[in-house]
Amino acid sequence: MAAIIDHPRKAVAINPLKTSAPLGAALAFLGLDACQPLFHGSQGCTAFALVLMVRHFREAIPLQTTAMTEISTILGGADHVEQAIGTIHQRAKPRIIGLCTTGLTETRGEDMAGDLKLMKARHPEWQDLSVVFAPTPDYIGGLQEGWAIAVTAMITSLVPEGPATPAGCAPAVRDQINVLAGSHLTPGDLEALREIIESFGLTPIILPDLSGSLDGHVPGRYIPHTLGGTRLEEIRAMGRSIHTLAIGDHMRAAAEALAQRTGVPFTLFDHLTGLAANDRLVTLLSEVSGRTAPPLLRRRRSQLVDAMLDGHFYFAGQRVAIAAEPDLLLALSEFLTGLGCTLSTAVTSAPSPVLNRIPTNRLIIGDLDDLEREATGCGLLITHAQGAEIAKRMGIPLFRAGFPLFDRLGAAHRITVGYRGSRDLIFEIGNIFMDHRAEHAPGHHQRHQEDDDEYSIGSQAAAG
Amino acid sequence: MLKQKLQDVLNEPACATNQAKTTQDRRKGCSAKALVPGAAAGGCAFDGAKVALQPIADAAHLVHGPIACEGNSWDSRHAASSGPQLYRTGLTTDLQELDIIHGGEKKLFRAIGDVIARFDPPAVFVYQTCVPALIGDDLVKVCALAAARFDKPVIPVNAPGFVGTKNLGNKLGGEALLDYVIGTREPQHTTPYDINVLGEYNVAGELWQVTPLFERLGIRLLASITGDGRYHDVCCAHRARVNMMVCSQALINLARKMEERWDIPYFEGSFYGIGDTSSALRTIAEMLVARGAPAELLARTDALIAQEEAEAWSRLVQYRPALAGKRVLLYTGGVKSWSVISALQEMGMIVIGTSVRKSTDSDKQRARELLGPDAQLFDQIPAREMYRMLEAGEADILISGGRTQFTALKARVPWLDINQERHHAYAGYDGMVEMVRQIHRELTNPIWSQIRAPAPWEGQE
Ligand code: SF4
Repeated sequence: MAAIIDHPRKAVAINPLKTSAPLGAALAFLGLDACQPLFHGSQGCTAFALVLMVRHFREAIPLQTTAMTEISTILGGADHVEQAIGTIHQRAKPRIIGLCTTGLTETRGEDMAGDLKLMKARHPEWQDLSVVFAPTPDYIGGLQEGWAIAVTAMITSLVPEGPATPAGCAPAVRDQINVLAGSHLTPGDLEALREIIESFGLTPIILPDLSGSLDGHVPGRYIPHTLGGTRLEEIRAMGRSIHTLAIGDHMRAAAEALAQRTGVPFTLFDHLTGLAANDRLVTLLSEVSGRTAPPLLRRRRSQLVDAMLDGHFYFAGQRVAIAAEPDLLLALSEFLTGLGCTLSTAVTSAPSPVLNRIPTNRLIIGDLDDLEREATGCGLLITHAQGAEIAKRMGIPLFRAGFPLFDRLGAAHRITVGYRGSRDLIFEIGNIFMDHRAEHAPGHHQRHQEDDDEYSIGSQAAAG
Repeated sequence: MLKQKLQDVLNEPACATNQAKTTQDRRKGCSAKALVPGAAAGGCAFDGAKVALQPIADAAHLVHGPIACEGNSWDSRHAASSGPQLYRTGLTTDLQELDIIHGGEKKLFRAIGDVIARFDPPAVFVYQTCVPALIGDDLVKVCALAAARFDKPVIPVNAPGFVGTKNLGNKLGGEALLDYVIGTREPQHTTPYDINVLGEYNVAGELWQVTPLFERLGIRLLASITGDGRYHDVCCAHRARVNMMVCSQALINLARKMEERWDIPYFEGSFYGIGDTSSALRTIAEMLVARGAPAELLARTDALIAQEEAEAWSRLVQYRPALAGKRVLLYTGGVKSWSVISALQEMGMIVIGTSVRKSTDSDKQRARELLGPDAQLFDQIPAREMYRMLEAGEADILISGGRTQFTALKARVPWLDINQERHHAYAGYDGMVEMVRQIHRELTNPIWSQIRAPAPWEGQE
């Protein structure tokens, strides 16, 4: 549907929308229990990624570096990796190390998988340590793509092939299902999703599970690695689940890898925001569990329907511009156009199979400067915290979504999934529209309304 | 060429820490120990160069590299500008796989052209990063070509992350100013009261807590290097009579070479704390007079100091009752905090320990004298140990940079931010009062007693 504009010849990104792939991979690893993510690169990459995550989550973040220098890069960095793993194993004693390469080490090119095998052989004391390797060069994709690579790597290196026990005939656990969570879900979203799944009498294994590790708890003791998140035993048991939900198209590869290894069938959801998506979720959970929807969910659905009835007046005809990574962009744009908004401009960070489903005439693979140039006349901007200055300059209200959100409290706890999360999102965005309704001034008022209608009719006709 | 520059910068003769080292240690660079893989923290040289130069507010700052370097870090500091905002715009060549294969020079050249066409800045600073350095993109050549083609200063900042630490990057940033910027223009007029301030980045507007003092004395800040800086002012910096180097050793090479090249004497001073602010002002006045400014400046300076100090102390006394006897752990990383310590002690607070991580032996000596035999001088406190200290109630408040913020908060201990991303300005007389006010606010906040109360189920089970 969307006309995609890519600027392969564009030489400079102005106010980047994108953050890096290794950062996304590290974030995914932070969703595992007792895990220590490690960047194979120069220390500066780690420092930047670390600071940004700390500012977003307002939490200490365990992230380490192999501390490559110019010389060690040229000579090859295997011994830096070996040293780093040794040091971390000794000091922080995590159960899992998530090793992410960076632009530097990928440019040099190393056989990391092979090197890791040799290292493990040299170090019998690492026997109980799992090293998961995610190849994430900075020059391909961004956060979402790095996250996807890491989750696939977790599955291929931690989930045993075939049925889950060595005996080979372990039966599926009847009430256990897997959730492969995309990077567009917050810890709050995962907590809400777990609750929904459990209300069907099912036990979810969520991979990765930031709601365990980055939900802002006060542990009461010092922990050098992650605390909470998906446990290694859970990951190993994923092959015994009866079904897998993959949330976000970028979780497709991970879902396929899991299905291939274990035979567990999967269902892919683009997102879980809005009535239709959640009806699909509830239908599936009913089928899988053999139970009908519990009363609580029925009441929440009805509340969402009521919110749509009350709220749609404020959304109708509003022109919105969004800059976000592909899967978050799809979620938000389907949600908003589903309430009567027009998506006048969409900007995203990287190519993706979902882009031609974004309901807009104008989709740019670009940066926040593209957003600023294209969004004139919109009623709402949606992007991450770096859009705040732009919104101020343009005098357009901003709804913050994505990563990083360093200028909000509770970024980790915002919930936009489920009937209830969707309901609250209507309230939150609807209130912004209500605050910024056009002034009732003579003359100007009528004209303004007409212009908007013309635009949305025109673009919807073109879009359809 | 970069190699030579590195040798040169690492050999800085004016750096006291450096002079205390053996030749071999010196070659290893500014970080005390080699970085340990798996246990390293801190920014890269590119980060340091950007910290040092980006506050030049009207210039464009373009980062040549993949998204990691700029995408994860742009506009993350609060170096404030009183005017132009261009320096806050994130600009990067965002190198893609194909650029890596074919080389990034052409793309960089076009990027410089695009930036100039779009923003028409007085100059473009172009920062090298690891990946293009590794594949051999010739930053200096591309910048020279672009400067000629677009008739604009295009300054190569050759400090790819992997050559060293943030501190080294600060110095390489200074070198770029020496090689390409300072001395390329003449000021419209000069006065006997012209000074430069080096290494003050106007974080949270700290420079503005000091400039009114200069103005009252008739001292002219010819160039701020680089907080709230303007490109053309920096070009003219070689005509100042005195350089003040603020706090750290970050731009020592710049100060020394400006003395060599343009006979500008420099001194190292600080605007943190009442005593240090006064002595900085006095030193500036003395040095200006020594270089020909009318001697009456000295008396005016003394009068201003006396007035400001009296005022600051009188504003501080109100906090004393609440602060007296409270124990502070000061974990600053680098800033020489003697006069901050004096001010805290003046409030009756007890400094139980401070970090001396980047200090020389004489600094440590001084800390020992100031704090008495009971205080601890820390090199680096591992997070686990810091958590234990705070949890055990050994300090009532931690004053530190962002890295240890959550160690303090998770131990439910008050914390004051003195990091580069902080939001409050602590320089000069007003800044010291502000810091004490913030400490007071933090210590007396009503949340502490609430969150330390046991949960309903604790003690029941
Ligand atoms: S270490 Fe190199 S690649 Fe990493 S952020 Fe610094 S300059 Fe960029």
